[in-house]
Parts: sequence; structure tokens; C-alpha cells
Amino acid sequence: MNEFSKLNETTPWQELTEGMKIFTGGNSRDFNTGEWTTIKPVVNEEKCRHCLICTPVCPDSAIPVTESRRGTIDYAHCKGCGICAKACPFGAIEMKPVKPAEKR
Amino acid sequence: MKDMIEIRWHGRGGQGAKTAALLLTDVVFQTGKYVQGFPEYGPERMGAPITAYNRISDREIRVHSNIYEPDYVIVVDSSLLHVADVLAGLKEDGALIINTEDSEEEVRRQLGGYQGRLYMVDAKKISLATLGKYFPNTPMLAAAVKITGVMDEAEFLSAMEESFQHKFAKKPEVIEGNMKALRMTLESIQ
Amino acid sequence: MGKKDRMSGNEAVANALRQINPDVMPAFPITPSTEIPQFMATFAANGLIDTEFIPVESEHSSMSASIGAEAAGARTVTATSSCGLAFMWEELFIAASNRLPLALTLVNRALSGPININCDHSDSMGARDAGWIQLYAETNQEAYDNMIMAYRIAEHKDVRLPIMICQDGFITSHAVMNIEVLEDDVVKKFVGEYTPDDYLLNKERPMAVGPYAVSGFYMEAKRQQAEALRNVKRVALEVAAEYEQISGRKYGLFEEYRMEDAEYAVVIIGSAAGTAKDAVDRLRDKGIKAGVIKIRFFRPFPAAEITAALKNVKAVAVMDRCEGFSDHGGPLGADTISAMYQANLNAYAVNYIYGLGGRDVKVESILEVFAALQEIVSTGKVGETYRYLGLRDRKDA
Repeated sequence: MNEFSKLNETTPWQELTEGMKIFTGGNSRDFNTGEWTTIKPVVNEEKCRHCLICTPVCPDSAIPVTESRRGTIDYAHCKGCGICAKACPFGAIEMKPVKPAEKR
Repeated sequence: MKDMIEIRWHGRGGQGAKTAALLLTDVVFQTGKYVQGFPEYGPERMGAPITAYNRISDREIRVHSNIYEPDYVIVVDSSLLHVADVLAGLKEDGALIINTEDSEEEVRRQLGGYQGRLYMVDAKKISLATLGKYFPNTPMLAAAVKITGVMDEAEFLSAMEESFQHKFAKKPEVIEGNMKALRMTLESIQ
Repeated sequence: MGKKDRMSGNEAVANALRQINPDVMPAFPITPSTEIPQFMATFAANGLIDTEFIPVESEHSSMSASIGAEAAGARTVTATSSCGLAFMWEELFIAASNRLPLALTLVNRALSGPININCDHSDSMGARDAGWIQLYAETNQEAYDNMIMAYRIAEHKDVRLPIMICQDGFITSHAVMNIEVLEDDVVKKFVGEYTPDDYLLNKERPMAVGPYAVSGFYMEAKRQQAEALRNVKRVALEVAAEYEQISGRKYGLFEEYRMEDAEYAVVIIGSAAGTAKDAVDRLRDKGIKAGVIKIRFFRPFPAAEITAALKNVKAVAVMDRCEGFSDHGGPLGADTISAMYQANLNAYAVNYIYGLGGRDVKVESILEVFAALQEIVSTGKVGETYRYLGLRDRKDA
């Protein structure tokens, strides 16, 4: 059983894990931190040369790489810090406002 | 033997008064008695006056205080007579055992005319004659055993020999000297 | 059952640890506990134990390394005294809240200042609310026995909390006395191997230790921790019963000495309890019904059990070897007297501060306390309940 899923703000003290230990690796995926942002990076596909400099500079590992090519930005975890846009040598990433309607 | 024998040791840091008290604890333990040996700790360093204690009893010892009315006081360094009140609380039928080269008259004078039981041990002479160096604690330990009568002398000697063999496993040459120091002290006390 | 020997309290605890052979010992030396890591480092160097001895650069680090080692799955021990424990402060809470059953052998010493190397309980009393199990010893024998029982209590699945095994600095730590030690294999069998359910080095079941808990979780986490401490009472008695089988020595949460019909009682912790027993015997010889309650477990505090033992006394003196700076008394006084109130006891109660910074406690000192209790009962006047014992006071004060 995924014990992590038992931990929420309705859990009685008797049912917490001992010492609040968390037994699920990589569970930060379960948090939609992308929801926090007000601006988001948008890639201009024509300008992008797939140099992949944006990937390692992303603090949230939200820019995936598949077969040596940049993949689609993971907006569920991107917090909109803008580092990728600053780092892109080709000006291919632009920070654009997130409209309230885009949020869940 | 009384219900409990209490001993107070006076020495100077580094002379081995604490070691002597703990050695006494060690050998008396081997007779099956209850025993307590502890130093009084302060900020003392080499040369500063120090105090150590022993309690010996046939019954379990529960009291954990220092000793204020000793049956025996052992003074490892006679220069302490000018510094510490070595007679403090000494029982009337108790005895003072002192390491000194002085005459009895002189020691009693230094003790302010003390009239009680007094035993004098020339630990320096014994130590130099048997060990070639001045280690007062070995003779004073022997004196303590002989005068308090807490254990049989032969038993004491064999226990000490065993302890020395363990302690000086890497320096067996000093064992004989230490044993001689013990025997010489035992013989020197009337 | 065991072997008769003589050793100091520090040597006794070190020998218990040699027999237990813990996996890791991070330590930083401080008087009067220094001998314990010193003995352990020697045992390790001589191949008598396979404990990983880590000489760290401070007590903050020794407790941090202990927490890390215990979380990784290693049975861990450290030792300290006084300011060393104070320097571990924040880490103590982390060890407890992370439910890590590591052991700390504490040799009680006064906290600075003024700087003092001698015994009182201000160090461990300062850490009493850190969530650790705390148990205290009257003698080298009890320090040894408590050390051997410690892991069985701390590691129990219903507990899993760190445990502090305390003894009085110099008074027991440096006094050589008779002791009965168990055979190595008997101890090994009693303590058993440490097999934690969850540990950081278990790659089959990854886990995170010490998460951030927001307000929505923190209180529940604390309540759960309190429950584990409550379970100590049951587990400690089970372990003590088993220990009696191998040692012949009986232990409870506290010891009652001549309390059956006692009218006057002293509640006390540590080596001075032995001195108090001698005082009680002297009073009993004169027909005065005196008794002693010696605290073994201070955390958890066996409130109901202690008040049950006190229910027929006329007057109680609770003895604190620690100033509480509450202007009202010390920590043992606060816990005991509030428990008496909850149990509807009618006895008079006073709280003495005694033995600070190694101030010697004589049989006569304790007799003075009992005399004060008799005076209270005979006059019906309690007077000041927050008192000092063995204090030099100005004549006109």
C-alpha cells in the first residue's frame, strides 16, 4: 500500500506513520507545484535548436529530454522561475502570463 | 572488625594517593568484603592537595557521602600537615598513618600536640631502596593494610603480586621491586 | 548468577556496552563521562567489539552522527555530560521525534555557570521535555543493569524512542564499588540483534526521515510521540521481569524503601537515595516510620504509581538535585506534587533543592529533612515549601 497516501490533514494521530516517516520515493511528483505560478515559459519551436541547455538549469526538472531532443515542458511542476528563458542562447523561450482560466 | 571502616587519604595530585585508595579497594574486594573507593574531585592539578576515601564493610555500602569521621587518616605527603587539617573528624580511637622522615616527636609537634595513635612510614627510604625511585603509594598501601587489619598479610601479598603481574605485564622487572616495597613496609610497622 | 567484580560506574557502563557491542558510537569527551568513550575506543582498538567508533568534533556532531547512524539502521550509543548535553539540545528533539531508539549514557554534572565539574541533575533535567526516556541509577550496579535493559525498552515496537541512561558524576561514575556482572553471552542473548523494520539503508523500502510537518500534522505527530512514551511503562516492566530471570535483580519504575507503613517519605533520584536509605534505617531504629521513594524512570513520569505509593504518608519531601528557577521549586517537585493533587492526596509536601554542583549529601542531611517533616506534621504548619538543603545562610536570614 502506498502509505504516503494515508497522510493527509484528516488522518487521526493513531494512523500517522511512525515519526512521520515517508515510505514513497520520488513523491514530489504528486504535488502540482506548477499551480503556484503566474508566468510560464513558452517555447518557440522554430527558434529552438535542441541544444538542451535549458534542461540542467531547471530547478524543478520540468524540461524533459527524449532521444537527445527537448520534450514538452512539464507545466504541472514548472514554478515559472524563468531561468530557462534567461539561459536559452537562441531566445527561444519566452515567459508569458498564465491566465486564471488555465489553472485547474 | 567494626561494622564499617572508613579511611581518608591526603595526598598531592600526581603522587598516587587516589591510585592507592583504588588499589586498596581492589585488594580488599578479593576478601569478599563490600568496599568503596573514591576520590574527591575538584579543579586539582599536579601538586595540589587531594583527598580520597575508602569504606570497607561486611554489609552492602549504600551511603555515598564523603567521610567526615574517619577511623584512619593516611597522609601520603607530610608537607600537607601545614596545609590540610588532616586530623579533622578523626575518631578518638582512630589512627593517623603518615609518610615522613621526621621523628615521632617532630610529627606530633607538627600535628599540634596530637596524642592519638600514630604510625610513621618512611615511604621514601623504602621506595628508593626497593624501586630506585620515589613512589610513596606502594608503601602507604601496605601500611594501610597492616594497620587497619582489613585483610590477612599473606593474602594481601599474593593479591598484589597477581595485580602487579597484570599491571606490569610489559615491565616484569618492576614487579619484584614493588613486592619488596610491600614486604619491607609490612615488616617496618610494629 | 553473575560474576562478582568491582568497578567504577563509568567502567560498569563501558563493560555493559562492550557486552552489547553496539554498531556505532560517535562521541566527544567531557568530564566526568570521558572514560566511557575512552574505554570503548580501547575495546574497539583491541578487537573486543566491532563498534564503529567515530571521534567527532563536538557534541552537536556526536548526536547528529548518532541520529544518522540510527536512522541508517545501526544500533547506536553516545556518551556525554553537562554542557555536552546542552550542546546536543536541538538534536535531542530530532532523535525523539524521528522515533530513533539510540542510547545516550549520561554522567550527570552541573551546568555552567559558575563552571563546575561535579554532580547535579541540571543537565538531564534540562532535557526532560525532549521526548527521551530517562532513567537514573543509585549505584554502579544499577547503571550497568539499566544500560543492559536500555535497548530492549527503546527498540520495542511500541516505543522506539531514544533513551538516556543517567548516573551521578563522580559519586558513582568514579567510585569503585562491588558489582555483579553478567556473562557476555547472557547479555548478548538478552539484548539480541537489532533488526529495525525500517531503516535508510534498506533499498527495498526507501524512506524519508524527518519531514517538514505543517500545522495540520504537527500536533498529531506530537500526540503519537507521547503515546510511545506512555508505552514505556508497560514495556519497561516486561523487560525488568525478564532481566530478573537472568540477573536475580528486581527493578520497577521506581523503588520503594520501607514505604509499607511510612508516615514520612523522601522522593529522591540517584546516589543520594542510598544515603537516604541509611537515614531511614536510623529513624526506623528509633521507631519513626520513614521511607524513601527512589525514582528510576523520570520520563515517562510514573505519576499514578508514585501517588499510590504515597497515599498513606503524612508528609513528603521531594528532593531536586537541580534548581528549577520557577521560584517555586524543582522539576521533580513540580511533577510529584501536581500528581499528588490529582490523586487527591492529603499529605503535606515540600520541595528541597539539594546537592547542587556536587554539594555533599550526608546521612545527617537527610535526617534534617525528615526532622522538618515531623515538625510540619506535629505543628500543622508547612511554612515555605520551596527550600534549600545544606545551604550556607546568613544567621539573621
